[in-house]
Amino acid sequence: MKLDKNTKVLIQGLGKDGTFQARRSIEYGTNVVACVHPKREGTLFDENIPYFETVKDAVSKTNANVGVIYVPAAFAMDAIIEQIDAKLEIVVCITEGIPIHDMIKVKNYIKDKNTTLIGPNCPGLIFPKLKIKIGIIPSNICKEGKVGVVSRSGTLTYEAISQIGEVGLGQSICIGIGGDPIHGTSFVDVLEFFERDSNTDSIVLIGEIGGTKEQEAAEYIKNKISKPVVFSIAGTTAPKGKRMGHAGAVISGKMGLAAEKIKALKDAGAHHASDPSRIGETLKTII
Amino acid sequence: MSVIKIVRISLMNLHEYQSRNLLNHYNVLFPLGKVGSSPEEIYDISEEFFGKVVVKAQIHSGGRGKAGGVKLCNTSEEAKVFAKQILGRKIVTNQTDSDGVIVEKLLVTEITDIQKEFYLSIIIDPDFESPVLILSSEGGMDIETVAEETPEKIIKLQFDPILGTKPYELRKTIRSLNLPKESQSDFINLILNLYKAFLETDSTLIEINPLVLDNKNKLIPLDCKINIDDDSFFRQKEIFKLRDKNQENPIETRAKDFDLAYVKLDQGNVGCLVNGAGLAMATMDVTTKSGCFPANFLDVGGSTDKEKIKEAFRILVSDKNVKFLLVNLFAGIARADLIAEGIVEAAKEASFNLPIIVSMRGTNSEKGFSILKNSNLDIHIAKNLGNAAELLTNLSKDSINK
Repeated sequence: MKLDKNTKVLIQGLGKDGTFQARRSIEYGTNVVACVHPKREGTLFDENIPYFETVKDAVSKTNANVGVIYVPAAFAMDAIIEQIDAKLEIVVCITEGIPIHDMIKVKNYIKDKNTTLIGPNCPGLIFPKLKIKIGIIPSNICKEGKVGVVSRSGTLTYEAISQIGEVGLGQSICIGIGGDPIHGTSFVDVLEFFERDSNTDSIVLIGEIGGTKEQEAAEYIKNKISKPVVFSIAGTTAPKGKRMGHAGAVISGKMGLAAEKIKALKDAGAHHASDPSRIGETLKTII
Repeated sequence: MSVIKIVRISLMNLHEYQSRNLLNHYNVLFPLGKVGSSPEEIYDISEEFFGKVVVKAQIHSGGRGKAGGVKLCNTSEEAKVFAKQILGRKIVTNQTDSDGVIVEKLLVTEITDIQKEFYLSIIIDPDFESPVLILSSEGGMDIETVAEETPEKIIKLQFDPILGTKPYELRKTIRSLNLPKESQSDFINLILNLYKAFLETDSTLIEINPLVLDNKNKLIPLDCKINIDDDSFFRQKEIFKLRDKNQENPIETRAKDFDLAYVKLDQGNVGCLVNGAGLAMATMDVTTKSGCFPANFLDVGGSTDKEKIKEAFRILVSDKNVKFLLVNLFAGIARADLIAEGIVEAAKEASFNLPIIVSMRGTNSEKGFSILKNSNLDIHIAKNLGNAAELLTNLSKDSINK
């Protein structure tokens, strides 16, 4: 995954939310070079950014290398596939509510391609140093710094970012990987990126109940991560068997329990923020 | 990994009789039977089978056998008496909440003799990122218990997203079950038919438990359960017409109609209005830790508008246990000013005067705060989640002291 001064962003899906968020990204300083809409070819978004009918057209005319998707769930699989086919390096899918059978197809299709998929059902990413915002993370809470943030939950990503700011620190890159049971980039992929990234000195990881992705992250931290990691697991008090909003967040079987995840991460040497309001505080104690 | 995680990700469940009808289209055949909703009807159906029948309550829950929802009858009169007892009543099982679910329909089927029982299901396994087949010789049992206690009795087979099943693999697996030859190909065909149904109906679970081998070596699925991916609504409209709202918690149904996620909790007096599942859970963790317990929480999701917020507010305060309202929002795709307007309007409508603790950050949060401050509501503004929990603890202490 590469983000730098040459990152050129393409936006697909400019309805009410997409338009609002596109404007916030542009205001922040993101280099948005193209918009894709099947019926607006030849016109300009906000009198400035050209519309294209297809992603391939947009890429060949503008050299966009990163795509973001806001299209409705029913059409989101097609949009992801279209962006993969146009060989975008990173595809960020914000859309929530994509059928799980569609995501099985997407994951199978992307396997041998060079595209990194982030999401779906995620807030995207933000890179304060270069003022790149791809997705919906509010930029007003971000500050340039050295803490890398990765989270399954959108709003909890913001919570972590804002707590980092409250203790006087800033963020290198923040990435929300999404709350669906089947998603693109995993905790491990992002951890690997943070370990290599010279802008990142420490890592905040926000997990939640359900699944075993936090245990995979723990294993990776134990073996491959030299930078300090602070973590919090949401849902420690959630009753068993209730679906807690996120489709992925259902405790079912022992592995999904918060206690199992906390133990695995602690054993891997990560620092536990005892509740989600103490992320900043915990980070401060180790820096 | 030997442990099984059946992630039940759907809220859209089908009744057994609906699942049977659906699977009939895929050549999956069940014991003969009919559904009825009055004791007289149940009597008449039983007569067709000379009184030797199984009568099964149609509810959205497993564990109904143990809860008294299934009866083996020897005469039609017996079936009628059972129907009289159970129709219109609520059944509480180990999978329902304490209110239970209502029985409005009964399925009457012929009796099957049982030589051997199996468990068979297709689910989506997030670790494999594909559907998997789960098979066990321990039919009729709760599969999660089997997985925990005797994991060696469970066979797990991954479906390839393109190939589906690999016939050689399937043949080998079925051979290991030591079935009579003629039943082996029936077993394979059953799995292929179920998989076709699984894909075409956007299922997240198709479970046949038990699948039995009768004395004539015929394979017969006795019970089945189907869950459909809620997110497939846009292309599975026919199946969603089968939704039985009477089986759902009425408040959850109301929330769902407004595209809100509502979770009712068993204890507590704090109504929580949040956006995002992660923040909802975090809010619950932090308030619980500070000694206050949520009564419920309502997730208004990413994209939200004033009407949705108003409905969310109405739903939250309709819970009589709610003594405080905690609003914890981090606006990303949502906008704090619209949320604030919604809260103020809904509170006015409902003449709501209980304390509201508000933590609201992100897009347009300043505007949102000024809207709230200028209202006449009992608003307590928290600067972050930890602070919100503190305010809540103080307020609840005050109210106890009063």
